[in-house]
Amino acid sequence: MDPIGTSQRRLGGVARVTGRQQFIADLRIEHQLHVKLVHLDVAHARIVSIDTARAKAISGVVAVFSAADLPQPMPRYGPVFEDRPILAVGETKYHGQAVAAVAAETKEAAEAAAELIRVEYEELPGVFTVAAALDPASPLVQEPELRPGDPLKHTNVLRERRFGWGDVDAAKADLIVDNAYEFPMITHFAIEPHGFIAAPEEGGVAVWTPTQNPFQMQRILAGVLGLPVAKVRVRAPDPGGAFGGKQHPKYEPLLAFLALHTGRPVRLVLTLEETFQEVRRTSCEIHARTGFRADGTIVFQDIQSDFLMGAYADIAERVIAKSNYLACGPYRVPAARIAVRALFSHTTPSTAFRGFGTPQVSWAHESQMDDAARRLGIDRVEIRLRNLARKGEAFVPGDTPADGDWAESVRKAADAVGWGTPLAPGRGRGVAVAIKASATTGASYSIVRLHWDGSASVLAGTSDMGQGARTVLAQVAAHELGIPVDHIALVMGDTASVPFDLQTSASRSTVFMGQAVARACQDIKTQLNRIAAELGLDAAVGVVELLRARFGEVRGEVIGVGSMRSEHQPEHPLGGSPSFYEFTCTASEVEVDEGTGEILLVRHVTAADVGKALNPQHVEMQDEGAAVMGLGHTLMEHVILDDSGRIRNLGALDYRIPTTKDLPLEM
Amino acid sequence: MQSTVRIHVTVNGADRDVDVAANTTLLDFLRDDLQLTGTKECCDLGECGACTVLIDGRSVNSCLVLAAEADAGDITTIEGLETDGLLNALQDAFLAKGAVQCGFCIPAQVMAAQYLLQRIPHPTDTEVREGLSGNLCRCGGYVQICEAVMAAADAGR
Repeated sequence: MDPIGTSQRRLGGVARVTGRQQFIADLRIEHQLHVKLVHLDVAHARIVSIDTARAKAISGVVAVFSAADLPQPMPRYGPVFEDRPILAVGETKYHGQAVAAVAAETKEAAEAAAELIRVEYEELPGVFTVAAALDPASPLVQEPELRPGDPLKHTNVLRERRFGWGDVDAAKADLIVDNAYEFPMITHFAIEPHGFIAAPEEGGVAVWTPTQNPFQMQRILAGVLGLPVAKVRVRAPDPGGAFGGKQHPKYEPLLAFLALHTGRPVRLVLTLEETFQEVRRTSCEIHARTGFRADGTIVFQDIQSDFLMGAYADIAERVIAKSNYLACGPYRVPAARIAVRALFSHTTPSTAFRGFGTPQVSWAHESQMDDAARRLGIDRVEIRLRNLARKGEAFVPGDTPADGDWAESVRKAADAVGWGTPLAPGRGRGVAVAIKASATTGASYSIVRLHWDGSASVLAGTSDMGQGARTVLAQVAAHELGIPVDHIALVMGDTASVPFDLQTSASRSTVFMGQAVARACQDIKTQLNRIAAELGLDAAVGVVELLRARFGEVRGEVIGVGSMRSEHQPEHPLGGSPSFYEFTCTASEVEVDEGTGEILLVRHVTAADVGKALNPQHVEMQDEGAAVMGLGHTLMEHVILDDSGRIRNLGALDYRIPTTKDLPLEM
Repeated sequence: MQSTVRIHVTVNGADRDVDVAANTTLLDFLRDDLQLTGTKECCDLGECGACTVLIDGRSVNSCLVLAAEADAGDITTIEGLETDGLLNALQDAFLAKGAVQCGFCIPAQVMAAQYLLQRIPHPTDTEVREGLSGNLCRCGGYVQICEAVMAAADAGR
C-alpha cells in the first residue's frame, strides 16, 4: 500500500514512550570529564582578572580554562559572521556569557571548583534597548576591528536592509494608519537543555551535540580548530526540542578545545537557566505607516524597523532580512518601502526561532489591517480578502508568485470560528494571517542502500527534532521503492556516515531531503531495470529475486544517490527566491473578564495551506503545536531585563509557557 | 567528605540496597547511579515535570525528592511500564494519537497520566487537563496528549 498521505506512526516513537530514546544528556562516554562554566551576575563588564588557583587545587580538577588558555588571537566563530569568541575576552557582552570553564572527574568537583574561581570585574554601562543601541553616546557592543572596512563599524548597527517597489511618496491614500509595535524577547525553552560532549578521535575530534545542522557544526569546528573537515565528526542525537535554538554552535568549540587539551572526553549539560541565557527570539520595534483607499485596498506600506540582535550576530541578521522581505504580508501592495536595521546589544544573542522572524512582522501588518478595518468600517475578514494576493500573483514583484488559494484558508478559518454570528457578552473574535518564505538556497544529499533481502537503509543528514522527519523520509522511500515502511531504516545524525545536508530549518527538509531521498530511490530503480535487462529478466519478478539472480550467494546491494540543490542567486536580495510559501490563518474567540483582564480562549482555529499532506497526523501535530506555542508568545511570554541587563525571569518558575490548562476550550 | 546513607528501595520491581550521598536527589540517583535515563532532567526545581516518577503509586518530581527520602519506597519509572516487552495502554495510545513529537517530556507525561488514571480511571477532559498541568511540553502537543489519555482510559473500560 502506498504510504504517502497516510498517518504512519512515528518512527522512533516506541523509544520515546519507553524512555529508551538516548538524548544528549543520556549518553555516557567512558572516562568522561564534567565541565562547569563560570559566568558573572552582570551583562556588560570589563574583566580585570581571573584567579583560578583555588579551583585548580580542588581534587579531581583536570583543567581550568579562561581566554588566556586558548589560542591567541582568540578564535571566533558563527554561522555567517565569525564574531563569537570561545570564551569572553576582555569583557562580557551578555548576562551568562562564560568567562571560564572547569573540567573535572566528577560533576560535583567541577561545580565546587567553578565556585572558587574569583573574577574581578568592573561593570560597564550596557545597551539593552533599541533606543540605547541607536544612541551615539552608547558604548559599542562589537569591537570595530572585527569588521574592518565596514562604514557602520563605529555604530551598533550591523546591517541596514532596504526592500521595496513602486513609489510610496506618490501613492494617494484615503486613510493612513500609523502605529508602532514592539515585540519582546522570547526564549525557546526546549524542554531539553543544551548539552555537548567532545572527545579526541583519530587525529581529530568527535563532538556530540543535538544540533539541527550537523554539517554546519562540522564546518565551523573544523575552522576554529584548524582541522580538515574529515577529521571533525559531529554526531547529532535527536534534539529534545529545538525550534531554531539548536541550529548554530554554542559551547561546542570550547568543548572541542577542552577535549583536545585534556585528551579526554568532556561533557557539559547546561542548566535550564544557562540555556535561557544562550538563545532567544529577536526582539524588535516596528513603525508601520499603511495607506488605504476607502474601500480597504492597500495603496502603500512604509515600514521602518529595528531588531535587537544581541551580543553576537549568530543568524539574526538573516532572520531580520528574510522576515522583513515579506514585511507587507501576503497582500497585494502597489508600493512598498521597507527599511530595517539589525542592532547589537548587550543581551543574549538571538537566533532562529520557529517562524524565523515571521511572528514579529505579522504582529505589525495584521494589527495595521485591524486598525484600518475599524476606522473604515469594513469587516476584518473582508478587508483581508480584498487585499490577499491571488494564486499566481507576484505579490513581491518579480519573485515567486503566490502558490495557494490563500483566501480559501481565511474563509475556512472564519467559518470555523463562527465569524459573523452573534457573540455572548464579554466575548470577541479575531483573525490574522501570516506568510513565511521557505528555504531560498540549499543542498541535500541522500544515499539509499537497497539490501539483498529487499529492505533499505536511507542515509539522510536531517535532524529529527520532533517534526517527524524520520517517518516522512521513510514514507517517501517506501513509496518510491514499493516496499513497506517497516522495512526501511533511517540513518541520521552522524557526519561520518551520512552525506551532506545544509541544515534542518526553514521548513525545508520534507521538500529538499524528501526530493533527495526520492531521487536516490529512482537511481536504484534505474539500476534495477538495467540489471533486469542484463539478466534477461522482467523487473516485475521483484527486488529480492532480481538481487538474488544478480548477486548470488556472495550477496551485495544496490546503492542509489540523490540530491536536491537550489543555487545561490547573487542578484536576489535574499540570495535566492523562496522555494515555496507557508501561508497560515488563525481565528480566535476569546472571553475577557473586564474586571481582572483574564482571558479565556473559547475557540482557536488554524488553517494552513500545506499542499499535499504526506502524513496528515504529523501535519496536525506540527500545526497545533505551533498554535500552542503562539498562544504562549501572545499571552504569556517575555524575557525581563533589569538595569544591569540581567534576565530577571530565568527558568521555569518565572518564565511561564503554556500548560494543558492554557489550552483553548476548543481547538 | 560527603555523608552517605544506606537505602532500600524497589525500583520497577527490583529490590535495591545501595549507599547514596545524603544530598543526592532521587532524579540523580535514578539517572546516574541506576542508569535509568528515561526520567529526564530539565528545570531541576519542580516546575517542568520532566522528571516525574511514582513513589508508592504517587507521582512526584524526582528532582525535589532526596534519594534518602525514598528509602523503603516502591519506585516506578517509565522503564517499568512495559509488561513482557509490550507497551502499556497509555504508551500505545500516545503513539496512536500522535502525542509524541520530540519526545523529551513524554516519559514524564506518561507517568503523570499513569498516576491520573490510577486515581480516576475515567476522567473528564477537565480532569485530564488538570492532572497533566504540571508537565510542560514545548512542542505544544497537549491536544494529542490529552486525547491519548482519554483513549487509554476508554481502552480500560
